Amino acid sequence: MSDLIISTIAQGLLWSVLAMGVFLTFRILNIADLSVEGSFPLGAAVAAVLLDGKHSPATAIVAAGLAGMLAGAVSGLLHTKLKIPALMAGILTMIALYSVILRVMGKANLSLLNMDTVYTSLEFLNLSPNMTTFVVGLFIAIVIPLWLYWFFGTEIGMALRATGNNPQMIRAMGVNTDDMFLLGLVISNGLVAVSGAFVAQDNGFSDVGMGAGTIVIGLASVIIGEVVFGSKNFRNSLISVVLGSILYRIVIAFVLYLGMPPNDLKLFTAILVAVALSLPLVKAKWDSRMVGI
Amino acid sequence: MLNKMRQKKMLVMAVGVLLAVGVLAGCGGEKKEPAKAKEKVFQIGVLQLVQHSALDDSNRGFVDGLASKGFKDGVNIKIDQQNAQGDQSNLKTISQRFVNNQVDLIHAIATPAAQIVANTTKTIPIVGSAIVDYKTAKLVQSIEKPGGNVTGTSNHNPPRRQIDLALKLLPNAKKVGALYTSSELNSQLQVAAMKEYAAEKGLTVIEATVTTVNDIQQAAQSLIGKVDFIYCPTDNNIASAMSNIVKITIPAKLPVFLGDEAPVIKGGATAGASVNFYKLGFQAGEMAADILSGKSKPADMPIGFQQDVKVVINKKSAQAIGLILPADLQKAAE
Repeated sequence: MSDLIISTIAQGLLWSVLAMGVFLTFRILNIADLSVEGSFPLGAAVAAVLLDGKHSPATAIVAAGLAGMLAGAVSGLLHTKLKIPALMAGILTMIALYSVILRVMGKANLSLLNMDTVYTSLEFLNLSPNMTTFVVGLFIAIVIPLWLYWFFGTEIGMALRATGNNPQMIRAMGVNTDDMFLLGLVISNGLVAVSGAFVAQDNGFSDVGMGAGTIVIGLASVIIGEVVFGSKNFRNSLISVVLGSILYRIVIAFVLYLGMPPNDLKLFTAILVAVALSLPLVKAKWDSRMVGI
Repeated sequence: MLNKMRQKKMLVMAVGVLLAVGVLAGCGGEKKEPAKAKEKVFQIGVLQLVQHSALDDSNRGFVDGLASKGFKDGVNIKIDQQNAQGDQSNLKTISQRFVNNQVDLIHAIATPAAQIVANTTKTIPIVGSAIVDYKTAKLVQSIEKPGGNVTGTSNHNPPRRQIDLALKLLPNAKKVGALYTSSELNSQLQVAAMKEYAAEKGLTVIEATVTTVNDIQQAAQSLIGKVDFIYCPTDNNIASAMSNIVKITIPAKLPVFLGDEAPVIKGGATAGASVNFYKLGFQAGEMAADILSGKSKPADMPIGFQQDVKVVINKKSAQAIGLILPADLQKAAE
């Protein structure tokens, strides 16, 4: 049983990097960026191809991140330079990436079974496979938020946050909001692609279809995290995203364990996200009524 | 304000407690039932990628194959049926559940399902089905001697069978169109093999790929006038949209050949030499039974193939196109 708990938490940690990427666009830039569904499998594909070519896992992950950033830049340029609405720009990037991924891998599915990955490179620690994934997940789920926390404390990071909050104000201060949007999308998609690279290595394959539904996983993690663990400041929000991602995995594992018919799983996920989204409103109403009394 | 904060803390705590209780409750229930009978009840996990008629057939065949060798669900085996509904992130959760429950054998249906299970456990025997190429998927070391904990049956249906059938009906054909889904590795592999064989036979190949069922009509349209017949691999999208494809190909008098039975009989494709997913699942079930009874190990069990393929011809479609059926193929047209 403890194995199942560790594995579930480890999955949550790997996916939390995706959730952080979604958090950047959805909460900080205030846009829903659908390119995530393309940059996630893109990261997986780039990492898989490089690992298949006997490159080191570190190279593979860095390259995956760069590829994701490039994808984010495409979305960003479509949105800022060509004035395509963010939602549409994301969709365009997502469908374009489908072809790009097939080009990158040369086929629809690339196996990583019995190959050197970031996880096998930790074999010297003599941990169980689940524990290895957990350790790797824990590492990235600590290092990346720390870096984000530092970055968003810098001048440029502050400007990025302000762009989502109050574009007029930040423009008046002489910041080019287009550049900020572009930067946000680049970082976000880079993170998503890195998440894809880690997940693919854990799964043992990269598949062109593995992006389906990732935006929902990301959004669900962000929102569940906010509702359960709060979002009173930036640091709190970052921690909430990671914990939300873990909680989401636990809920899914638990629901599967309870034996919910798998056909109903998507409906359940949608209801879960809808409930999480509406909770703040319900709670506010509840609170105001309490004050009234 | 203080009151509000306390409320919030309470909420967080309540959620935490609920979660802990949930996980603990899971702990209690998850343990394997103590063997009450003298006979061991084997736990079997079945992981299917997505709901799909061919995969469902395979799954049914597997259960029946086990039963044919005396392993009946609810009697001496307990089958845990799981379906990831096409969401690949669910595959990991499900396969972890199987490993955690220490099942005695896992049946993985479709390539990604088998890959994820194989990466989760190197010890629990895995029997696959609805997988075309075990070697390219890196599931086995070789087809004859898998060497690890994975074996199973393959729905590989050499495309040469379809090409041979097509050339028998259309001796003058020079150009073949390949219509398939670009995201399916299985389809890509089959088309690659078909192209090799077509080259041997002096045929020119023109490809048209689709990404979803929505592009199929246009892709089929693009082949009209350019080819003498269309070849489709065993492909999920194509299989489900065959009735759309024939709306375009029949008026253009273009025959469609594919290695799957249902699209010919129900979808109106012209003809095919097909494998039967139920039979392949059944064969996988028999292999699983041999593993459970200790007769053999996955490492030594060659991947199973279906040898006796069945030629099926859709008479209505063939007539509409104006194909003349040779005497020995008349029987296949029913």
